[in-house]
Amino acid sequence: MCGIVGIYLKSEKFKDSLGSMLSDMLVNMSSRGSDSAGFAVYKEEDKEKNFKYSLCLNGIDYEKFKKEIENKITILNIEKNSDHVIIKAKNKPSDVIKILNKNFSKISIVGYGKSIEIFKQVGEPKNVVKKFNLKSFSGTHGIGHTRMATESAITTDGSHPYSTGEDECLVHNGSLSNHNNLRRKLKKGGINFHSENDTEVAAGYISKNLSNKKSLNDTLKGALKDLDGFYTFVVGTRKGFAVLRDEIACKPAVIAETDDYVAIASEFQAMAHLPDVNNAKIFEPEPGMVYSWGN
Amino acid sequence: MELDLKKISLRDVNDKLQNLDRKQNQRDFIITNPEGNHAICAGLTEEMSVTIKGHVGYYCAGMNQKAHITIDGNAGTGVAENMMSGRVHVKGNASQSAGATAHGGLLIIDGDTSSRCGISMKGIDIVVKGSVGHMSGFMSQSGNLIVCGDAGEALGDSLYETNIYVQGNVKSLGADCVEKKMDKNHIKKLNKFLKEADIKNLKGENFKRYGSARKLYNFKVDNIGNY
Repeated sequence: MCGIVGIYLKSEKFKDSLGSMLSDMLVNMSSRGSDSAGFAVYKEEDKEKNFKYSLCLNGIDYEKFKKEIENKITILNIEKNSDHVIIKAKNKPSDVIKILNKNFSKISIVGYGKSIEIFKQVGEPKNVVKKFNLKSFSGTHGIGHTRMATESAITTDGSHPYSTGEDECLVHNGSLSNHNNLRRKLKKGGINFHSENDTEVAAGYISKNLSNKKSLNDTLKGALKDLDGFYTFVVGTRKGFAVLRDEIACKPAVIAETDDYVAIASEFQAMAHLPDVNNAKIFEPEPGMVYSWGN
Repeated sequence: MELDLKKISLRDVNDKLQNLDRKQNQRDFIITNPEGNHAICAGLTEEMSVTIKGHVGYYCAGMNQKAHITIDGNAGTGVAENMMSGRVHVKGNASQSAGATAHGGLLIIDGDTSSRCGISMKGIDIVVKGSVGHMSGFMSQSGNLIVCGDAGEALGDSLYETNIYVQGNVKSLGADCVEKKMDKNHIKKLNKFLKEADIKNLKGENFKRYGSARKLYNFKVDNIGNY
């Protein structure tokens, strides 16, 4: 199983309640997976377009880390949220990632970009959203995932969303059968992986194609050929998100669209509480079709 | 009698409908605030009328016997799955596997269904006023599947003795499914179903009938490509 949720705001109306909407959706989807949960929230970029890094401390002492990292890079802002830290830095992403990997190998970089913030952890979705206080988040769009682990361990690195590129992330309900081969190919092409998870490979595949200047639409159409298995994917980008189901379409997805938002969930019950949802246009994304908003 | 799922638990609502109070003999129910919950009205065995106001989740009206259930909204996966008798009417769209494995009764869907509508059906009659998704009627054994709109890929794949009627376009036929001749009896039967589903503007004559070529019943090496 696994549960997927996402909201893209078409107007400003629910900007401040994005976190609260997403939080209720995630908790509802506990029935589809309660091994771990995670979410990505996209906030507006700052004027200087500085990069932010979402890190999971994995038991490293925050104060000690803060002192050490401040000596190595130009930190503009550092904020602790439970066992995660969001740092905003002046340096180039490639430099920051190199420094983090070299000096703090125990820390996981769960994502980076100009607007994305990612939080994910093992445990029941209701505890995970509470711990990171998702209800307090505001933003333009967000996606989330509740996991029922099948093919790799229940760890932070095994949790979704997976982010393998700037402001990109992926959540997945399903399983891929050719991920080992594809991982080997992508590794040769310079993509780094941190888990044995199949979804991370799909995220790497998408990032690789996007970095080759392929459009998101073309990348996802290519995924239909190159990824073997079952999937409903939601791909988050800086501007919006996209949805793709494999051609057999065993893995569910429902979309509700109003003038103010587009919501996606594995099951309708996850969005039954959303404002004005009973007047929304509700439909299931067709198999093998790319749907996108804001991109 | 109104049963509000915001006030009464789903388990209690189903329990009440599955074990009607004979002294009261109340047989008209309205369920409000379904909010996409699963298995609403599953396992009803008596004559009664239930209207659900809103969207329902998976397996709504599953295993139904005798009850008439109306869903005033969309239905999730497996609506009326394994129905034995009675009538289920979805006023919106239905998700995949509508009427799966059902032995009897009538399922009417005003909107569209997604994939695998009537999968392995064993005697149910299904009338879809809109279109059906891919692999509808897959391995269906008996009963009638009537589609007023279009059908997706691989319609009726590996079917046995179900009659499939489609008015619109069929994207492709599945293995061993072929178009068959419509005779007077078929048209008469089809018109009866259209009438039962309250469809007034369509005529049985305008539908095409599909059924089994019966070539996959026994193993033949010449058919190896179809297995």
